[in-house]
Amino acid sequence: MGNVLVYVETSGGRVAPISFELLGAARTLAAGLGGEVEALLAGGGDLAAQLGAADTVIQVEHPALSPYVPEAHVAVLAEAIRTRNPQVVLVGNTSVGIDLAAGAAAATGRPLVSYCLGLEADGGAVVARSQLYGGKITATTKTDVPAAFAVVAGSFPEASGRSGGKGARATMEPPAALSSLRTRFLSASEPGGEGVDITKAERLVSVGRGLGGPENLNLAEELAKALGAEIGASRPVCDSGWLPKARQVGKSGMTVKPKLYFAVGISGAPEHLEGMRDSELIVAINSDANAPIFKVAHYGTTCDLFDLLPALTERLKAKTG
Amino acid sequence: MHIAVVLKQVPDLVEELDIDSGGKDIDRSIVKMKLNEFDDHALEQAVLLKESSGAKLTVVAVAADGIDQVLYAARARGADAALKIDAGGELLDSRRAASAIAEAIKQLECDLVLTGVQAADDLFGQTAPYLAAALGWPHVSVVSGVELAGAKVRVNQEYAGGRMASLELDLPAVLGVQAAPQPPRYVPVSKLRQAMASGALETVSAAPADKLSGAAVTALAKTDTGRGAEMLAGSAAEVAEKISALLGERRLVRA
Ligand SMILES: Cc1cc2nc3c(=O)[nH]c(=O)nc-3n(C[C@H](O)[C@H](O)[C@H](O)COP(=O)(O)OP(=O)(O)OC[C@H]3O[C@@H](n4cnc5c(N)ncnc54)[C@H](O)[C@@H]3O)c2cc1C
Ligand SMILES: Nc1ncnc2c1ncn2[C@@H]1O[C@H](COP(=O)(O)O)[C@@H](O)[C@H]1O
Repeated sequence: MGNVLVYVETSGGRVAPISFELLGAARTLAAGLGGEVEALLAGGGDLAAQLGAADTVIQVEHPALSPYVPEAHVAVLAEAIRTRNPQVVLVGNTSVGIDLAAGAAAATGRPLVSYCLGLEADGGAVVARSQLYGGKITATTKTDVPAAFAVVAGSFPEASGRSGGKGARATMEPPAALSSLRTRFLSASEPGGEGVDITKAERLVSVGRGLGGPENLNLAEELAKALGAEIGASRPVCDSGWLPKARQVGKSGMTVKPKLYFAVGISGAPEHLEGMRDSELIVAINSDANAPIFKVAHYGTTCDLFDLLPALTERLKAKTG
Repeated sequence: MHIAVVLKQVPDLVEELDIDSGGKDIDRSIVKMKLNEFDDHALEQAVLLKESSGAKLTVVAVAADGIDQVLYAARARGADAALKIDAGGELLDSRRAASAIAEAIKQLECDLVLTGVQAADDLFGQTAPYLAAALGWPHVSVVSGVELAGAKVRVNQEYAGGRMASLELDLPAVLGVQAAPQPPRYVPVSKLRQAMASGALETVSAAPADKLSGAAVTALAKTDTGRGAEMLAGSAAEVAEKISALLGERRLVRA
């Protein structure tokens, strides 16, 4: 039978949004493959009630599963694949999924396709659409099942993964590996805010590596001041220490939905888009006409940022007096 | 303590990428290659560990065009040894590459292997977990910040929303590095020259597993940005005027 197994990611005691996306995608795939949807909930306690889109919720409880340790969850996912033998395994292409998808695929000898944005059953195979090269290239793959797929957050609607399953429950014995883990959880930390919470800002001016260096930050700060906006950033800008980590937008930073998002010198890699694609109005400034940021932006320009930022700041200042 | 860092070159994404005539790969005859930026961070992290602990540092790479330069530059940055893996010369996906790299790593007898968290050119999964599976070692990816603690290593793993966990792994282990605690350092040309003059690179042969990943690329295309943004053309002043007008219409200009 063509069952589809979804690894349910949880975060801060809640089911992560990506898991609902996956459950929705799984319903369509399972229909195409003539199977059912199974949700694997490892150490998730009473969250099973939220997984109504699954035909069966498979629960595993063990002290080693919470707080999250990658090695423990890889062992459980691999065990579920071995014992339930699903034809398709879906994992989020999240920070957590990077370890889990390849770890479980390697442990079970199954093929894996990552960075998936679209999935379709095609006979005994799955056709996937993935983005490579920072989003500049789209690849189509065809993989015979059984196989695993790592899906990028934001690719499927969450709403279709909220209900529609049979809601059966099953428990799985924890694998023996959980009592001899070589990885231990020490502590967790929340984002150090330094007083800013960019997720609350109505307007954001986000800067990327195109800005060239911290000496040019004032160009963006002037624009932000004229707009009444906060400053955001892409990952490399924070990694280079130009701006604090609390201002990072994206997969390993904040998810923002402001009324206005200016992307300045940001290429629009999938990991950045994940954190800002739902902004109400996106204006992108990037000298490369092929930059993937233009795919999600509402307005774009290839004007050089060093010319445009001062001109725009002037213009806005003149307007507001 | 012996640390190995695995390095790889990827196409520079700032350049234009084209699809080759077969339609299943990019046109590699024109791409400009550069060290994967996450490998650059992995190397920086390893050099910092070497500096603080006195560990031996070996850089490892699968042989490919231009890789010698990458290995020499890594030696100039502080690596004690450089090892080139001759895996037969064909282009390997991450899973097959991991099998060849694992063979070489076994010969090196090291305690810790760092790779970049991911490379943007391969869609069959990440190398660090595959490498760890082939070696039977524990692993963690999306790591920023690594500390040695005796026969253990402590790492920070990053999650969505800026949350982080501190984890401890028994050595030997494999880590997929996202970011070093400080930006990768530059190599002065004089040091690079010195490294190039300090002897040939060592080479080992390692055959990749011939089991294919099982997934096949059927087509590659430039991502269509067509239905995306409405593009605003003109001089900086003209574009500024247009943006200012459309923000005004939406009442997004500060009152
Ligand atoms: C697990 C993981 C998690 C990640 N998490 C995040 C995350 O949370 N957030 C994030 O942002 N990234 C994240 N990344 C990194 C991501 O893959 C990209 O590397 C990053 O987003 C690129 O940042 P950038 O756009 O600023 O830089 P680049 O990709 O280098 O783009 C710079 C852009 O500036 C443009 N430019 C240059 N000069 C000018 C000029 N004068 N005028 C106008 N435009 C100019 C260029 O055309 C280019 O498109 C993550 C990666 C991984 C592997
Ligand atoms: N030939 C290779 N193929 C794939 N990965 C490699 C190779 N050589 C080294 N790696 C390492 O694995 C990292 C992650 O690549 P990937 O998992 O394929 O996205 C790279 O950044 C390198 O550190």
